[in-house]
Amino acid sequence: MTERTLRGKVAVAGVGETTYYKRGGAEDAEFVLALKAILAACEDAGIDPREVDGFASYSNDRNDPSRISAALGIKELKFANMQWGGGGGGGSGAVANAAAAVATGVADCVVVFRALAQGQFARFGQGPKAPGVAGEPAYTIPYGMMSPAQMFAMRCTRHLHETGVTRDTYKAVSLATYAHAQNNPRAVMYGRPLTPEKYDEARWIVEPYQLYDCCMENDGAAALLIVSADRAKDLKQKPAYILGATAGSEYRNGAPCHNAPLYATSSFTSLAPRLYEMAGIGPKDVDVLQSYENFTGGVVMSIIEHGFCSHEEANEFLTYENLLAKGGKLPLNTSGGNLAECYMHGLELITEAVRQIRGESPNQVDNAKVAMVTSGPMVTPVSNSIFGSEEVL
Amino acid sequence: MSNTDYYLPEGLPAPMPARDGLDLPYRKGLEEDKLIVQRCNNCKTWQWGPEWICHKCHSFDLGWEEVAPTGRIYSWERAWHPVHPALKDHGPYIVALIELPHAGNIRMVGNLLGDPRQEIEIGADVEAVFEHHKDAKMPFTLVQWRVAG
Repeated sequence: MTERTLRGKVAVAGVGETTYYKRGGAEDAEFVLALKAILAACEDAGIDPREVDGFASYSNDRNDPSRISAALGIKELKFANMQWGGGGGGGSGAVANAAAAVATGVADCVVVFRALAQGQFARFGQGPKAPGVAGEPAYTIPYGMMSPAQMFAMRCTRHLHETGVTRDTYKAVSLATYAHAQNNPRAVMYGRPLTPEKYDEARWIVEPYQLYDCCMENDGAAALLIVSADRAKDLKQKPAYILGATAGSEYRNGAPCHNAPLYATSSFTSLAPRLYEMAGIGPKDVDVLQSYENFTGGVVMSIIEHGFCSHEEANEFLTYENLLAKGGKLPLNTSGGNLAECYMHGLELITEAVRQIRGESPNQVDNAKVAMVTSGPMVTPVSNSIFGSEEVL
Repeated sequence: MSNTDYYLPEGLPAPMPARDGLDLPYRKGLEEDKLIVQRCNNCKTWQWGPEWICHKCHSFDLGWEEVAPTGRIYSWERAWHPVHPALKDHGPYIVALIELPHAGNIRMVGNLLGDPRQEIEIGADVEAVFEHHKDAKMPFTLVQWRVAG
């Protein structure tokens, strides 16, 4: 039996996105945004969109693969995949699913995409307006715990309490991410720098998160194209090979009403070793990290759980300077991410990881050969992925 | 009709019994100021929130047991930004995660009563306050908490 791994078998051949908008800013229908991102990824790869034969997405994306296939005149649809649950935690999971399909011959050319027009549909940052709620929400929402920030702040408070990590690490994540967005014309926050004073003076959203600890709400779409490693070599762009991708969460992470046994985690403690094992590398080999920021506290937890530093080292290691693309020990969120590029539900973090491998990032890390992504901290399932250049295969 | 005995303003989504009847014993208990939670009849494992099967031994024979309405603060958050029209102009409020050491350390979400700007100590002992919304269209009870002593 051949080794059961994704390592080196498939590659990202193309990436694309629409213009990124503030929530409500997109004039296009959400479906049009999805189509435009998919066409852009195909154009980038030099592949006829009609050759695409599969789609993978997450978080119940509203844009159905069969509709897309019909709209684009796709010759034959072979793979229509949805990663269940976890919101943005499905980003790398969708990559893993697409990669598995291509690696095993289920499909040949799979698009991973996410389209969101929060201006046209419900906002993530608002509570439900229904008069009543049943099931698990009945145990939280009537107490005013209704938004994602409110669901996850509880985990972060406990994490800070248990570990002694301080909120200065949150600030470092936010400032470094915003600094990177200032060099990225695609970023919604391009030209809107964040200073330490502005961070400190911002209002509380829910303790321990202030305004700039929280992601934006945006409209837009992003897509990437996954093909076999052999095929990627013959295409237009430098391939970003998938070294590994995993999804899931720890034992009973989804225990209802905040009863997860490992509560003060970002849900990655069981995934991180699996990812490194598949990729055949460790945290020291990672040149640049794209870590999903629903909230900065989740980024800090993700970084620690992936072994970049320990809880004891975190306050010293997670500084603004260390997280910068230029000269930092752990360049982080080099496009501006969910905080400052666009809340494209974390798919923009994956396209950025690919651009780093190609050498095309707006904040290029010198000689980046290994780029890692962590998707959706503190939810279940979460997911993660590692991309590499040909040299590391 | 407003009622100042409630911690949060009226108009937030009300808790309703699960459609499949899963949490009926809990909801009925609250009406009588009783905190009733799941405990497996077979292996005696405590379980919360409610589920149809015991996560430990896979028995479907889950019992319901009344527990002392006390606990300690496991975590907390102070919400400032209103995310629901009913909370507009309300100001900050505290949501706490309470663990019950005498019931297998199961945890429950509730509000921490008192000054919304109070200092909060993780580990502090708390006791439950049953907040009955009898005037609601579909009457319900919330389990709130206050620092003990």
